[in-house]
Amino acid sequence: MSGETQFFVELVSNGFLTGLMYSLVAVGFVLIYKSTDAINFAQGEFCMIAAIIVASTMTLYGFPLWAAVGISLIFMLGFNLGLERFVLRPMIGRPVVAIIMATIGLALMFRGLGPLVFGAETRPINLPIEQAPVIWGPFFMSQIDILGAAISVLFLAVFGWFFLKSRKGVAMRAVADSHQVSMAMGINVERYFALAWMLAGLVALLGGIVWGNAIGVDTQLAQLGLKVFPVVILGGLDSIIGCIVGGLIVGVCEAIAAGYLDPIVGGGTKDFTPYVLMILVLMIRPYGMFGKPIIERI
Amino acid sequence: MSAQSEESARTKLKIDQVSKNFGGVKAVTQVSLDVPEGTIFSIIGPNGAGKTTLLNMVSGFYHPDEGSILLDSQDVTRRKPNERARLGIARTFQNIALFQGLSVLENLMLGRHVHMTSGVLASFLYWGPAQREEVVHRRRVEEIIDFLKLADLRQQPAGELAYGLRKRVELGRALAVDPTLLLLDEPMAGMNQEEKEEMVRYVLDVNEEFGTTIVLIEHDMGVVMDISDYVAVLDQGEKIAEGVPDAVRADPTVIEAYLGADHE
Repeated sequence: MSGETQFFVELVSNGFLTGLMYSLVAVGFVLIYKSTDAINFAQGEFCMIAAIIVASTMTLYGFPLWAAVGISLIFMLGFNLGLERFVLRPMIGRPVVAIIMATIGLALMFRGLGPLVFGAETRPINLPIEQAPVIWGPFFMSQIDILGAAISVLFLAVFGWFFLKSRKGVAMRAVADSHQVSMAMGINVERYFALAWMLAGLVALLGGIVWGNAIGVDTQLAQLGLKVFPVVILGGLDSIIGCIVGGLIVGVCEAIAAGYLDPIVGGGTKDFTPYVLMILVLMIRPYGMFGKPIIERI
Repeated sequence: MSAQSEESARTKLKIDQVSKNFGGVKAVTQVSLDVPEGTIFSIIGPNGAGKTTLLNMVSGFYHPDEGSILLDSQDVTRRKPNERARLGIARTFQNIALFQGLSVLENLMLGRHVHMTSGVLASFLYWGPAQREEVVHRRRVEEIIDFLKLADLRQQPAGELAYGLRKRVELGRALAVDPTLLLLDEPMAGMNQEEKEEMVRYVLDVNEEFGTTIVLIEHDMGVVMDISDYVAVLDQGEKIAEGVPDAVRADPTVIEAYLGADHE
């Protein structure tokens, strides 16, 4: 294999791994959008706060990894349950924009509270793996990325199965389809909203750990929310499959841009390639590759 | 049809002096109805007469401004729609309201939701009780599929079915609730003659085989007069007549308000 091809394959495979990690974060958006029609602009901050709690309890208080993850999980589930019950439920029936604004407020609050409570320094989340890259034939891959991708694949599969096959998942899709009809079928719609937010909290924790492990934990982690936005738009806001495909496309394009364009223009292309993709998709298929076109009946 | 011969059928649904305003519009004014158990009770009236509003109050989407609604002598006026479904009220919608992205089977299984008890975690893991429960409900759904002859359509996405079939699937989903009171909001609207006859047969079968009390809103007068035990007529939010079909048909107020010219 020539050096040129090898370089390309390496970019693609690394892009793949990163892409899967994007997909995991993207699922958080889809969960909320599918069940409540709102976009949760605090999803990146959810990841950040979950990761900050894990990293801080480990480094500041010396908890083992499993305990730190447990504490963070309890916090995220509890917080999101309370959020749904006390902030979002009273807003049911109001314009979706009101809910979106509430999530933006929440995002800003987290950005302030995280450093205020735990300090602003960057902390690691060290998963028990080697730092040395895996060398597989001609390929170089970081173990951190491989583990992150593996965790992502596992949980994407679990969520996919949950939505497509399990009874609660089907009920959740029904709620997403029509609140009114679901109620007529005896479905307690509010309970499924709560479930959706708790799942979004769980996904945020997973994303926070995977990304915190890869790039370290501080408020910068909240940028994930914006980073992942093109993934969600690309794949379609209401599709889990879309998350995966969108994540892969964004991951690979980013890596290729960084590999080929950065040397020419002097760097930074990685950061805006996803948005160029997003704008292109918005022009051609505004509902994303796998999203459903919305037809309003009058 | 059986109820007419019985001495005094129990009241399944009692609507007592119910009113509903939307801003300045009086949608329903002081309407009272007694629906005896096991009957087919039709509500007719011109467009905008308040029929669907009344039905929405029975299923719990609207709360009446005044008056009360009793199901099996139990006051349900303040109950939420999902709680009423648990008490045995199921309904179909005027504009078909199937879960479009879901298959026919999934739509029907959702009708079983009220009868399912296993928790989130169990259903996530699909073990033990959750799995056994699923099998039981699946059996009931298969009975309904047979009853409505939907066998070939099980896995089809509901949104892709032809209009008449979607109406039938929606009836099936309501039946999956095992309702004791079934509300049908214009189940035959927009159907051709053949589809209408088919739907009429299903409605009669449901009433006879399961003993389900049916409240029906329908525009087709021929159908209404044929299959109903009782008919109530609404006009501009008020009840102007009520009784057995023949009596209502002969009522001069009704002829004037509703049947009007085409009765001549």
